[in-house]
Amino acid sequence: MIIPKLAFKNIRGAGLRTWLNVIALSFSFVVIIFSQGLYNGMSDQVEKATVDAEYGGGQYWQDNYDPLDPLTLNDAHAKVPEELQKLVAAKKALPVLVRQATIYPQGRYQNALLKGVPPEQGILSIPSFALKAGGGSIPALIGGRMAKSAELKAGDSVTVRWRDVHGTFDANEFTIAAVMKTDVADIDSGQIWIPLETLRVLLAMPGEATIVVLEKGSRFDSPVAGWKHRDLDFLLQDIRALFLTKSLGASIFYIVLLLLAMLAIFDTQVLSIFRRRKEMGTLMAMGMTRSKLIQLFTMEGAMHAVLAAVLAAAYGLPLLTVVARTGFGLPQATESLGYALGSRIFPVFTAGLVMGTTLLVLVVTTIVSYLPTRRIARLKPTDALRGKMT
Amino acid sequence: MAEGDLIRTQNLVKTYPMGSSRITALDQVSLAFQAGEFAGLVGPSGSGKTTLLNILGSLDAPTAGSAEVLGRLVERLSHREAAELRNHSIGFIFQTFNLLPVYTAYENVEFPLLLLKIPPAQRRQMTMAALDWVGLADRAGSRPGQLSGGQSQRVAIARAIVKKPELVLADEPTANLDAANSRAIMETMVQLNQGLGTTFLFATHDEKVMRYLKRKISLNDGRVEKDERLGGEAGK
Repeated sequence: MIIPKLAFKNIRGAGLRTWLNVIALSFSFVVIIFSQGLYNGMSDQVEKATVDAEYGGGQYWQDNYDPLDPLTLNDAHAKVPEELQKLVAAKKALPVLVRQATIYPQGRYQNALLKGVPPEQGILSIPSFALKAGGGSIPALIGGRMAKSAELKAGDSVTVRWRDVHGTFDANEFTIAAVMKTDVADIDSGQIWIPLETLRVLLAMPGEATIVVLEKGSRFDSPVAGWKHRDLDFLLQDIRALFLTKSLGASIFYIVLLLLAMLAIFDTQVLSIFRRRKEMGTLMAMGMTRSKLIQLFTMEGAMHAVLAAVLAAAYGLPLLTVVARTGFGLPQATESLGYALGSRIFPVFTAGLVMGTTLLVLVVTTIVSYLPTRRIARLKPTDALRGKMT
Repeated sequence: MAEGDLIRTQNLVKTYPMGSSRITALDQVSLAFQAGEFAGLVGPSGSGKTTLLNILGSLDAPTAGSAEVLGRLVERLSHREAAELRNHSIGFIFQTFNLLPVYTAYENVEFPLLLLKIPPAQRRQMTMAALDWVGLADRAGSRPGQLSGGQSQRVAIARAIVKKPELVLADEPTANLDAANSRAIMETMVQLNQGLGTTFLFATHDEKVMRYLKRKISLNDGRVEKDERLGGEAGK
């Protein structure tokens, strides 16, 4: 225990030099935790919004369905199998029928996806109840992005054309029952939601679906003939990969910050070893071994990180707690980034993130502190006492 | 080594590289010191006083010959063994005091005991006793920057003797002090030599120190020129 005590006394005695390093290093702590927390928050927020509005607790896809290949849509439909139908009846799953269509808003031409969803469903967080609207024409629900691109608003009518199960073109007037505000572009851009049973009739596909969405938390993953189970890990993999890439990109910024702090620590260590040669000689004369000296100087450097962690906790914890609670607003332009971000981001600072960052900075600081001390291993006590460095 | 010898050197040689040649700092030095001696190595600069002290303090190793200190052959000691010998049995006093600047007088004196892992209560008692010996118990909380040269050297003496070593090596302990402080320092060391029985070995060319010595060894060009037994204040 003598080494940590001595190290603490020494760096405390170094005064302003110590505190400058500690302050610089504490910024690194806070910035790393903040930026990683920000990406954690964004990722959590996007995942939650997407799960709530689109993925539920996992999905079953009709064997032919490939969301990345629109040409598969014509064949991506089948009767909902009995196993899944039981879940649907128990309101633990939700069938969705998907079909390509063309819409003609204000005489223009635009491709769209027709999606049939039961209006009374409670599994996805979309306002499908709006599709219960009566009246002569077919009620349709669209998102804000679709409304903007097609220049449609609630109450407007739009002509929609599609092919039924036999490949025969058919068309009808749909009335926009509601324009939903959603952060999830995947259920919005280029999509029109109508009542499932209506779509089944229009397509002549009674009892059929393209996707069956399971309720959140569902553990049902039994194999179903003709259908593929897609769990959340599969469905969210692109989002997670996207945020991992973004998080790694952001790490360049804090790596630079960390490097600057490490440069300061390294510089302090080199200067300290150069200036304190006589002190090292005295310590050796008193019986301290070179390895203990190396430990002492390394510990002094590493202790900067410990003090920085304490300082970062002192001002960073309240600051980051406030940011985590209040979040901060994002510019409108982020809507077009392609992922489901709300208008405010709430960073998420986990214990793992804080501990991991602390450990990372401690380890890096210790390594950087150790490197200059290797010279001590060659130091002769007599040279040190004369103020020479061998 | 004869019985009672604390230190014995036999044909001790120390050379240093200087460019392409080597200079001889010690040349065939054979000496013996008994426990309780108060001896001085005197001679002009470059005569080999400090080199001999360094070897006897196991801070350096001889190029040839043998140096036996407290029953250990210095030339055969590993770095760790030499550190252990210094830690347990040898105290050092330097010309420039070499106090650790960020520590108080108390902490400076306590330091060797920390290395020896002495328990806190005993450490405190020993530290205060050492400060008391040198008359600085009331300055225990002062940092080196707040002490005069004489006080700093007394703290250094307290640090050297706090662990009650068998041997104290002092390299020009009065060179940076005025006459009054030099006298006070020497008298303190005489008292410690007599009171604790600690062996003191000085390197000095300070005439004021000479009258305190019980033995004076004159070195010149690395050789022992004269080895005299004196009355000295320490002998009275």
